[in-house]
Amino acid sequence: MTAPDPADPAPGARGQPDQQVSSAVADPAAATRRHDPHEPEPVHLPQSLVEKRAAVHNKRIDGRFRRFKWAVMLLTLGIYYGAPWLRWNRGPYAPDQAVLVDVANRRFYMFGIEIWPHEFYFVAGLLVMAGLGLFLVTSAVGRAWCGYACPQTVWTDLFQHVDRFVDGDRNARIRLDAAPWTWGKVTRRAFKWTIYLAIGFATGGAWVLYFADAPTLWRDFFAGEAAPIAYVTVAILTLMTVTLGGFMREQVCIYMCPWPRIQTAMLDEKSLIVTYKDWRGEPRGSVKKAEKDPAHFGDCIDCRQCVAVCPTGIDIREGPQIGCITCALCIDACDRVMADVGRPRGLIDYATLEDCEAEARGEAPRAPWRTILRPRTIAYGLIWGAVGLSLLFALGVRSHVGLTVSPDRNPPFMVMSDGGLRNSYTLKLRNMESRPRGFRITVDGLPGAVLWSDTVGRADAAAAQTVTVPADQTRTVRAYVAVPPGTTAQDFAFRLTSLDPQHETARARTHFSAPAGNSP
Amino acid sequence: MANSRIDPATGTETVGHEWDGIEELDTPMPRWWLWTFYLTIVFAIGYVIAYPAWPMVDRATKGVLNWSSRGDLARDMDAAEQARTGVHEALSRVPVERLPDDSALLAQAVAGGRAAFQVHCTQCHGSGGAGSQRLGYPNLNDDDWLWGGDLRAIEFTLVNGIRAPGHDDTRQSQMPPFEGVFDPVQMEALIDHVLALSGKAENNRQGAQIFADNCAACHGEAGGGSRALGAPRLNDAIWLRGSTREDIRRQILNPRMGVMPAWENRLDPATIRMLAAYVHSLGGGEDFIAKADDPAVEVDDRP
Repeated sequence: MTAPDPADPAPGARGQPDQQVSSAVADPAAATRRHDPHEPEPVHLPQSLVEKRAAVHNKRIDGRFRRFKWAVMLLTLGIYYGAPWLRWNRGPYAPDQAVLVDVANRRFYMFGIEIWPHEFYFVAGLLVMAGLGLFLVTSAVGRAWCGYACPQTVWTDLFQHVDRFVDGDRNARIRLDAAPWTWGKVTRRAFKWTIYLAIGFATGGAWVLYFADAPTLWRDFFAGEAAPIAYVTVAILTLMTVTLGGFMREQVCIYMCPWPRIQTAMLDEKSLIVTYKDWRGEPRGSVKKAEKDPAHFGDCIDCRQCVAVCPTGIDIREGPQIGCITCALCIDACDRVMADVGRPRGLIDYATLEDCEAEARGEAPRAPWRTILRPRTIAYGLIWGAVGLSLLFALGVRSHVGLTVSPDRNPPFMVMSDGGLRNSYTLKLRNMESRPRGFRITVDGLPGAVLWSDTVGRADAAAAQTVTVPADQTRTVRAYVAVPPGTTAQDFAFRLTSLDPQHETARARTHFSAPAGNSP
Repeated sequence: MANSRIDPATGTETVGHEWDGIEELDTPMPRWWLWTFYLTIVFAIGYVIAYPAWPMVDRATKGVLNWSSRGDLARDMDAAEQARTGVHEALSRVPVERLPDDSALLAQAVAGGRAAFQVHCTQCHGSGGAGSQRLGYPNLNDDDWLWGGDLRAIEFTLVNGIRAPGHDDTRQSQMPPFEGVFDPVQMEALIDHVLALSGKAENNRQGAQIFADNCAACHGEAGGGSRALGAPRLNDAIWLRGSTREDIRRQILNPRMGVMPAWENRLDPATIRMLAAYVHSLGGGEDFIAKADDPAVEVDDRP
């Protein structure tokens, strides 16, 4: 059996003396009757305007959820720190970085996908999917995002491991915190904060690598030749990482982040949350007390291991609360204690409130898939999938050419010496492939029109002209369109056709101006 | 503040007013706010010393940094001028007719020429270069050139002007007035013939004879004009000063001839080149054809 933590303060003493605390903390006996209609009135203690932060020194724990958390941490940090270094061959005309936000050239590369600024709706679509995805995950498995994948959670976890590595486990850290500032403590703190800074620097450093060629920027950065904005960004993100992950930690989740508030509105009695089965655990009592009076006491032996391991420092036995990020480390802790004292696992467990009540009534537990597969989850899943499929479809059928036309307005038309009319246009030809492409420009729906450009002289005017657009660029072409005498003002279109086997086309409607006398 | 008291919840004194039981706390300024305020005072003192601040009788105090927004502008202009020198030097090295070989330089020249055109040329030729038929300013967009439309000819025109007073190399020609030379019947016949050159009227034998005797020397037998003399083509659809019978009669009796200033001493050679490139790019520019040394070879005989 695991002994109650000696360094842990008594339940009633956790809050500051002049602070409003929940009735459960003020009076532990009251917490045992959460569903009791005769719950005592909240205690009004003299109030303070700020709640002083109580440092969280969470204890080391191992278990299946901790291992899962390790795996998610490895995966997410691996992606974050490693992605800029992945290479992806796009040929000689485009960068070979797999994930690159090329702000200077206004391109966004993601493996085989290249997004231009005018296609930003793909990114907007991804954001819509991210939002819906959060709804979907919340609906299916509760605050799993908060508990495992949120950067604040992952980096806080990382920094807490650093604490444990430098200062030892929970009790040692509590003692060190209270100890006077000796040279030993100063050295330890300096060492720890140096590691904090190193992690922060790596985080900020990895961020800027997404915006430029990673190996080049890496070399330039340490050679002092990178752009000033790179140093500024790294400095800001380093400080931000150290502040948010190293010092503010759970306060970000409890006070700063809007997401827990939104989740509070999204959770209901059918949502999967980490919950303490009070009907099974209460009244709490040590193993010795329970041996004397087995009928009176519940399964909770009040060892406070669930509190000791909690990364946000809450007591899950007070019920669902905004500080619970559902990381399930308390489940790991409680399961170990239950195994030690020979009681069934799951006193603290992932469960819905509805299931808890059913279980309390003695009904058979529902299959886990029924908890997850409910109409709301399915609806969110379908919408999420529909958005995803439409994005994929749009990505699959998107055109890699573009054409915009702007007619000259001064002068709108020109009488030529043969009596014919000429209009001038500025064409913008967009080639979104990473290779130079030839295009044929034709005039569509303007009888007798011939076309020449700023590079093809009037002598070579013809109904169609061929131009080459450099790889991954927009080329501006001045186009001159001449028509036989007597042509009236009318609408027509320019058509762009690629000369490669894809035969991609783009069409742009515009207007041919003529003198008033030529109007029909 | 007779009624001021200490608020028990916050420990702060109230201001002493009460409205229906609502009281106002006299909370002291936050320390950070006060320090920020003091900091702004310190900053203001420093600013007054360093920058122009106090208005005096005719100007403000200068400040020890001697800064002025006018000086900033001058620096910006210098920097812009510096940035242009590369293009200017490149332009002065390349003969103007070779400019199309270097498409990047040509594009820069056209862009620079567009800007210069808006400053120096739009007053007569219009912001789109369309000219004015009423005032006789030629349209620069079309393919009809009085004095030649290749890059070198345009540059020559820009440098030396047309009938520019006091300039020796300027393009010079003069059409004599025919006031009192023809009787009314001859005049109408001649106008008929001029219109017939571009198919706007029936052929007129008498007019053709008058044209051959009086006009063909400059305007050519078929009315094709002459770029050497700046004599306009009469057999095309473009009429600098109008194509009505009245317009033609007025131009024969008392011809008006355009004047363009020589820009040689007003603009630097690079800007003139840029202007030539821009005008050439408006759509009517012709390819430069190297002229043979023999002056007898006429290059200008386009249909």
